[in-house]
Amino acid sequence: MTNPQMVMYEEEFNQIQTIVDRLVREANAQVVFIIDKNGQLIANAGETEQLDTTSLASLTAGNIAATGGIAKLLAENEFTTQFHEGERSNIHIQLVGNRVILAVIFDNKTSLGLVRLRVKKASEQLNLIFEALLTKVQDPNQETPFAEITDDDIDNLFRD
Amino acid sequence: MSFINYINREINCKIVFYGPGLCGKTTNLQHIYQKTNPEAKGKMISLATETERTLFFDFLPLALGEIRGFKTRFHLYTVPGQVFYDASRKLILKGVDGIVFVADSQIARMEANIESLENLRTNLAEQGYSLDKLPYVIQYNKRDMPSVASVEELQELLNPNNVPYYEACAATGEGVFDTLKGIARLVLGELKRGGAGA
Repeated sequence: MTNPQMVMYEEEFNQIQTIVDRLVREANAQVVFIIDKNGQLIANAGETEQLDTTSLASLTAGNIAATGGIAKLLAENEFTTQFHEGERSNIHIQLVGNRVILAVIFDNKTSLGLVRLRVKKASEQLNLIFEALLTKVQDPNQETPFAEITDDDIDNLFRD
Repeated sequence: MSFINYINREINCKIVFYGPGLCGKTTNLQHIYQKTNPEAKGKMISLATETERTLFFDFLPLALGEIRGFKTRFHLYTVPGQVFYDASRKLILKGVDGIVFVADSQIARMEANIESLENLRTNLAEQGYSLDKLPYVIQYNKRDMPSVASVEELQELLNPNNVPYYEACAATGEGVFDTLKGIARLVLGELKRGGAGA
């Protein structure tokens, strides 16, 4: 199947959350978030209260998709790292295992060098977790709670 | 490709509004945005040119309610309709769970409809999807315009497989929510079967 479903379980989520929490601290970043390539937010850490994380996730994934398109035209596989520099905030975007996106927003309390160093370490760890998660999701014995959905359940969503 | 999150108990699905330039894809999303309760929607994002033509995509996150204890969240996207934005259009189709093809009912736009539909099939095939297997509905938009084709003609030209279709006038909102409900129903039905349209 070219399009395996993305499923997030508690065990893997906790492992991922531990890594992003640590990355915020160690990179001295403002916000760290993980998004799947289709624009769904998977996890985040840091000062996220003031941020529209749903929009950020969608636009970051769009950005990665556009950059991937440019890479293809240049006969590159992917450009795995992007960096955007602003007056107050910067964003470092890293493709992890060609599957998920790790984005770090930071200001002048830290440096690009430190962020890159910490991102590198975190992406190696994340890659292992997502690989294991994918294997688990593709296991045909894995139960889905949605097999039991009835047409009534769906109709109820649309009752005014 | 829907995303099931057991931590927040959420199902996230991606729906793409496809169709020729100026058929009313963005207008559909704008109407949904205007008529949805603030707590059920996120911000609508439009990456548009200075003349308000879609450059990359429009994006609207929407919550529809709970099903079996899971919150259903739909991410609605439009593609740029103009022919020369094909590279961008392909990118938006990645990971799609359901498609709404917005057809322009005006007779003068029939060729553009056919061309866009063929383009949709080609672009989906490149990603390994088939339109015949994906949740898919058609909206015949601009029914209020003068010189429109009859629904029978449109059906014959654009809907050989007889997928669900809806007549609409997105500018006034008529038929917009029927279309959205129609595609959401199919996407959730697909989730039940555990398929992915590949």
